[in-house]
Amino acid sequence: MALVEIRDLQMHFPLGGVAGTLARLRGQEQPVVRAVDSVSFDIEAGETVALVGESGCGKSTVARCLVRLVEPTAGSVRYDGTDIARLDAHAMKPLRRDIQMVFQDPTASLNPRLSVRRMVEEALTLHTKLPAKERRDRVEELTQEVGLGRDLLDRYPHELSGGQRQRVNIARAIATNPRFVVLDEPTSALDVSLRSRAILLLEKLREQLGLSYLFISHDLATVKYLASRVAVMYLGSIVEMSGTKDLFAKPLHPYSRALLAAVPVPDPDAKRDDFALSGEIPSPIDIAPGCRLRGRCPLAKPVCAERPPLKEVAPGRFVACHLV
Amino acid sequence: MTELLEISDLTVHFEINQGAIEAVDHINLTIRRGEVLGLVGESGSGKSVTSFAILRLIRPPGRVSGSVHFDGVDLGRLSEEEMRRMRGAKIAMVSQTPRTALNPLLTVGKQISRLLMVHAGLSPREADKKMLEMLRLVRIPAPEKRAKQYPHQLSGGMCQRIMIAMALATSPQLLLADEPTTGLDVSIAAKILDLLRELSAKTGAAIMLVTHDLGVVAEICDRVAVMHAGQVVECAPVRELFHNPAHPYTKALVRSIPRVDRDVVLEPIPGSVPSLVNPPSGCRYAGRCEWVMDRCRVARPTMIEAGPGHVVACYGFEERRGTC
Amino acid sequence: MSSSLSISSSISQPAASSLVWQRLQRNPVSFAALCVIVLIAAAAISAPIVAPYAPDATDPAASLQPPSWHHALGTDEFGRDQLSRIIFAARVDLLVAFAATFVAVSIGGLLGAVVGYSRGWTDTIAMRIVDALMAFPAFVLAMGITAGLGNSTTNVAIAISITQIPAYLRLTRGEMLRLREMEYADAARTVGNPTWRIVLIHLLPNCLPPLIVQATLSTGFALLTMASLSFIGLGIQPPQSEWGVMTAEGASQIVTGEWWLFLFPGLAIMTSVLAFNLIGDGLRDLLDPRMRGLR
Repeated sequence: MALVEIRDLQMHFPLGGVAGTLARLRGQEQPVVRAVDSVSFDIEAGETVALVGESGCGKSTVARCLVRLVEPTAGSVRYDGTDIARLDAHAMKPLRRDIQMVFQDPTASLNPRLSVRRMVEEALTLHTKLPAKERRDRVEELTQEVGLGRDLLDRYPHELSGGQRQRVNIARAIATNPRFVVLDEPTSALDVSLRSRAILLLEKLREQLGLSYLFISHDLATVKYLASRVAVMYLGSIVEMSGTKDLFAKPLHPYSRALLAAVPVPDPDAKRDDFALSGEIPSPIDIAPGCRLRGRCPLAKPVCAERPPLKEVAPGRFVACHLV
Repeated sequence: MTELLEISDLTVHFEINQGAIEAVDHINLTIRRGEVLGLVGESGSGKSVTSFAILRLIRPPGRVSGSVHFDGVDLGRLSEEEMRRMRGAKIAMVSQTPRTALNPLLTVGKQISRLLMVHAGLSPREADKKMLEMLRLVRIPAPEKRAKQYPHQLSGGMCQRIMIAMALATSPQLLLADEPTTGLDVSIAAKILDLLRELSAKTGAAIMLVTHDLGVVAEICDRVAVMHAGQVVECAPVRELFHNPAHPYTKALVRSIPRVDRDVVLEPIPGSVPSLVNPPSGCRYAGRCEWVMDRCRVARPTMIEAGPGHVVACYGFEERRGTC
Repeated sequence: MSSSLSISSSISQPAASSLVWQRLQRNPVSFAALCVIVLIAAAAISAPIVAPYAPDATDPAASLQPPSWHHALGTDEFGRDQLSRIIFAARVDLLVAFAATFVAVSIGGLLGAVVGYSRGWTDTIAMRIVDALMAFPAFVLAMGITAGLGNSTTNVAIAISITQIPAYLRLTRGEMLRLREMEYADAARTVGNPTWRIVLIHLLPNCLPPLIVQATLSTGFALLTMASLSFIGLGIQPPQSEWGVMTAEGASQIVTGEWWLFLFPGLAIMTSVLAFNLIGDGLRDLLDPRMRGLR
């Protein structure tokens, strides 16, 4: 049994505003935003699975479902055998110790009025019965572990640099010895040199603490470095899921291929794959039936009018495309 | 024939309570007609300030010294009015945040037409015609329809295309692009880069591309200047820079990024960008450098030739070259 | 422009409180206003020492004297010293203004935080009540409440705070609606904070800056409301010294030429209200996030 098993996860938001109201008045079905549509995958203990895709593909919504910041409209999220998709806040509380999250924006995710110490200590106060002294020791140990000096403990977020802030976020997330951490674009707001350090830190912590990561990112280079398996999302669904090596060596789904081809390579002589999709990502409101990439895919055939299932084309490689 | 842009001894200071921030320290750069020059470095390296200084947009408490010659004209000697005309017509800028740079109350078509009426003195009818031409040039699908839309109705990529159309509307000879693809999805970013490259070739405009992304540099630049803490440490043609980096900072920068095209061992750049408040004399990379010698901390190294069109400011390089 | 901003913000900043103090000193008008309030408050607290006479000491021999060396601000028909009465009156006036504001901020802020965070039907109901209260003229409402409760110093304070609660409630609710969507609110949830801790410990403190500005501005307004209530006879009752009461008494003498009885209490009200408003304006500039990082 995998540590986290996600089955047919679905998150539909009813469309509010003028468009939604108009549709209701006309007696039509209220349009929904299909942010996530039947997403299934597993995360084994100790592994890093990456969820990649462009903005609006639903990867952050999946993350928010997994840490139960939102309740999915359908599907299940089994953590260590317990389905957390429908737990209420009270039943969820003991599990919060095990399931943590590092947010995208290191500045916005820190409360500007709390000191570093209080922020890191909070999780310990909430989940453990440690006496104050031991809590303090643990906070110091944690900040040391993520490479923050002890002198920073009594500082406030605005007195820290971007890299230090992200370390505080990481220290807070690992404070209660979680087993599963969702990383929502943890490096995208960081500068080049800080990014590589954050990547190494996350990798070190995973090895030392035996963490499992779900790594949400649009930065394919970082994904290649950190993840053992990658799921590529497009418009709310997984279009390809595969081991990292295989995917980067030869992406099978046209979307994965286009995505990879678009990443700028720091080598002026690199051979480029010219494969590109036309247009931009359509709105997730009125999704045409059939393959969601059909309108943009240069390889589209009549058969694509039918929605391709995610099928296993090689051991551990899943692709949702009729042409593979 | 003179170079298109010649920056000599450009220095930008910001006076603050604690002293002066030396954001840009005596830099020398040239941009040739029609070329794409990349300006790379970490944040705080002074690359954006440099582009602001070229446009004379540094306001108190900032102070600028040194000279910037554009097409033989000393920009420092122009009156405010002449400079304003220069900014609109000969030197244009594309910023990192296209959405905030556009007027939310005007349709994008109107914004471009107005610009053409003011700067090129076109009649409303001619301006509208030219405007549609510009939209077609930046590959905006259904330009007649898009022209009637407001910025909030367009995606980030579209807004950036509009910004580029506006920048190019008056056929400038130099385009300053400040992180034009940061914040855009990879596939959109790739298309914007292709567009910039192609437009530069088509219109003969030179581009100064400010970026932190070496991949972007490798993709579209002809020459690259590497900045560190307000100083240009190395400047070379793009192939030369990637194949024979001379400055230890450039080398470290290349080694510090994860990449999709090959497996690498990440090596973060040691230390952090030094404080620019009253920095010590000497090389500002000395505190992070593996080659550091006593003299590096005392005097600032001057630019020396490292290859054809390749200059570097590093004592360590000088010494090493002498030995082999 | 933006580049210079990012640079100055990267420099380590002094603690927020000392920053506020520094900036306040750079805004001379607000600083002067603060000095005025501190001065009035100090005089009020040490009234028995500072005031030359007892506030209710009558001296029939010296009734209706214009300002002189003995009575700097003159005397009333009973020969009571006008300056001493104004100083003692400051005790009631400031106390009620501060207390009413404090109660209104506490209740309005707390309720606003709760309904703003929970949204849903509690929010809808609360906001409709607030709309109704705010549509009703505040002064008339205060009159009604004091008339209903009976006039005593406490009841005046209660009436004033009730009229002010809606403004704080709405302000805090608005802030809360914004803050609950912040990433650090999500972070607090994932760490496992119960709702009350998210509201009270994580979000409410971040609503404080606009609340403080609003509170300062309306302390002046509270003072004005109280003086007005007393002026029309609904607030503090004579012979208690209170600026509104004194103005009312003075107003009846103005036709007979005893101008000082009306002018000086009126000036006291005006000075204090103006000072509170100026401090409020200064604080608003100070705490405006867009002003941060600028010098």
